[in-house]
Amino acid sequence: MVKDIKVALIGNPNTGKTSVFNRLTGLNQKVGNYPGITVEKKQGICKLSRGVKAHITDLPGTYSLNTTSLDESVAVELLLNRNAPDHPDLAIVVTDVENLKRNLLLYTQIRDLKIPALLVINMADRMSRKGISLDVEALEKKLNTRIALVSTRKNTGIDALKKLIENYRAIPASPCVDISKIDPPYFDRLAKAFPKEDQYKLWVVITQDVNFTRLQKELPEIDPSFRIKSKNDLKRLQHKETILRYQFINAVLKDTYTVDWLAAKGLRGTLDRILTHKVYGYLIFLLILLAIFQAIYDWSEVPMDFIDAHFALASEWIKDSFPPGMFTDLLAEGVIAGIGGIVIFIPQIAFLFFFIALLEESGYMSRVVFLMDRLMRPFGLSGKSVVPLMSGTACAIPAVMATRNIESWKERLITILVTPFMTCSARLPVYLIIISLVIPQGRFMGLGYQALTLMSLYLIGVLAALISAAILNRILKIPTRNFFVVEMPTYKLPLWKNVVFTVIEKTKSFVFGAGKIILAISIVLWFLGSHGFSEEFLNADSIVTERIAEEGLSENSKAFIADKIQEYQSTLRVGLRKSEGTVALTDVQDSLDLLQRELEVRAINQEIASFRLEHSLIGQMGRGIEPLVRPLGYDWKLGIALITSFAAREVFVGTLATIYSVGSDEEETIKNRMAAERRADDTPLFNLASGISLLLFYAFAMQCMSTLAIVKRETNSWRWPMLQLVFMTGIAYLFALGAYQILS
Amino acid sequence: MTIADLKRGDKGIIQEFDTDILPIKLLELGCLPGNEVELLQVAPLRDPLYINVSGTHIAIRREMAEKIELELLSS
Repeated sequence: MVKDIKVALIGNPNTGKTSVFNRLTGLNQKVGNYPGITVEKKQGICKLSRGVKAHITDLPGTYSLNTTSLDESVAVELLLNRNAPDHPDLAIVVTDVENLKRNLLLYTQIRDLKIPALLVINMADRMSRKGISLDVEALEKKLNTRIALVSTRKNTGIDALKKLIENYRAIPASPCVDISKIDPPYFDRLAKAFPKEDQYKLWVVITQDVNFTRLQKELPEIDPSFRIKSKNDLKRLQHKETILRYQFINAVLKDTYTVDWLAAKGLRGTLDRILTHKVYGYLIFLLILLAIFQAIYDWSEVPMDFIDAHFALASEWIKDSFPPGMFTDLLAEGVIAGIGGIVIFIPQIAFLFFFIALLEESGYMSRVVFLMDRLMRPFGLSGKSVVPLMSGTACAIPAVMATRNIESWKERLITILVTPFMTCSARLPVYLIIISLVIPQGRFMGLGYQALTLMSLYLIGVLAALISAAILNRILKIPTRNFFVVEMPTYKLPLWKNVVFTVIEKTKSFVFGAGKIILAISIVLWFLGSHGFSEEFLNADSIVTERIAEEGLSENSKAFIADKIQEYQSTLRVGLRKSEGTVALTDVQDSLDLLQRELEVRAINQEIASFRLEHSLIGQMGRGIEPLVRPLGYDWKLGIALITSFAAREVFVGTLATIYSVGSDEEETIKNRMAAERRADDTPLFNLASGISLLLFYAFAMQCMSTLAIVKRETNSWRWPMLQLVFMTGIAYLFALGAYQILS
Repeated sequence: MTIADLKRGDKGIIQEFDTDILPIKLLELGCLPGNEVELLQVAPLRDPLYINVSGTHIAIRREMAEKIELELLSS
């Protein structure tokens, strides 16, 4: 029985570490979180010969073992803790041939932990273009290790790398530098106190930034007298360590690694001049953003409509082919509709991540950070927050997922928390219908009041996001590195495999990570909306039919039937005029009678549906919150719509259509019906005051269970989504209250 | 003279500096005394600065660039 090999993949950011991981594992990978924290944990299996498997952990990218972020300390902890289940038998250090010198710094540190470390030199295909020549054999001798020269782009060297992994026992675990040189007396003392422990390992434990690490339990308690006196002393020693390591590296690379600068060619300079230009730079970024949104809106529409239609069909099919009853209803209206509500997001997520992966892979994202840093700094954000925030105007769900690219946890959290303020496309149907109801048609300086209102709502969203970011930046006490260093990688053509993997991985992460929460909430909402225990709910059919028998159909239903008949007659007339023959008058009358009867049945069903919703559990909740929403200018029917639209904002319109039993999803019909809705004192329900109040409510409130689910997934805790729910809805309530009270 | 005083395309050699002024990360990226720095780009709002320090291309903020003393290389 051959033991499986545990491998840790480690390297600086931008060395193509993830490409190596993808090449080694294919789609055999699992992405999760480290327990209790939000650092992404990527693991995969690489099949070697003779049935041996390598379990590969892709550690977060880090420049050195002197950690300054949670991500990096996760890497360090795994390397230090020999009892950890994933503690590696072998470390694979991925380096980029162009930045070999800098990348080797981390390599020497890992070697000093006495972990066998294989060196992967990636991007070998760029060597000749960059004028680099490398003597691999000599380098192997000097470093006393094995080297795999690979190109993940051209897919070369991967098999050789697998062979080296198989024979990992042949790779020595000797250290590279003697750390005690940086302060001999100190390390003497340390050696005497812990004769069994490795000096560099002790040093790493001592120098870990206490803010970040959950210190390794299996390591000895280090006497306080060994603590470094001050931050300055620590830095002085780390400075010495860095110089010591570079001395070693320079000696190793001398004669083995040479760059002929004259032969080096590169687009970097030219592209940088254009892409970070003070005018073109912003213009290009704007165009790219526009292209992304165009894609998210337009390209997603077709698949989204397709998904919508087919889930509706599936739901109908289940209702028709299974015996009617609670279970069938649950399946058709709860489960299938709920799954549909998850799948509907996939096109947007896939498109956004397709583009984000392109931007990251090509190296352009760093240029965006460079361009936007100064603008975003006052809000505690950097350029990396720009793409998620802007994506929020399409949909908050992919936007929140896009924050994964922000390294600083504080910045990422702030971006996650404020992104739902951005005006997403689900708000649009609500905005449009209310604006057309309450905002007059007039113009101001050539611009329609209605257009201005819509624009103001978008601006309010942006302002709310930025202002809350600035506030959160002040009040959130999260240790974070307080300096800004961004590597500007070379431009590369994106690797399609990486792009595709990112898209698949993000979609999976949404469907399986947030999907179950969304499904659970939508089943609860379905249950509340379709069940009730009052006499009225249970006897809805007979009550409504009796009422119709006595009083006739409601005004809404009559209007609905009249509309349809008229529509039919006008098409009939056009049809008759076109046809040559004559049609007997009685035939026309018969068809009209038939239609009339059909429509009456439909109208009765609509009235029953409306009555049932009114008396369902959600209906009762709507009535229950009426005292709460009356100061905002709403009645209990709007209360119901507020509750149901917690599923997603656009549900607001559909719910009103059901409550008012308008029997149509056409906006015009619903709008007319809303305009006719009166209060007890016979004033219109939707006036300027209540309309603005509703608009503001929807601008601020966290009315989207899917966003909450994805925030839970991304922050790995219920704390942040709950905070978001309470605060955003609180702010929404206050603004809506203020607006209504002032305007009415 | 510091990195912040460079003009685009200027090069300089980093002078000895007090270790406490710079984050260790910057040293690890190659920002060490004796190494060459070239200013490649300045962001539109004059901040941050895009430099090449001993082959590493990084962007740093102006406040940090102002702390790194240089000796200007005549081009």
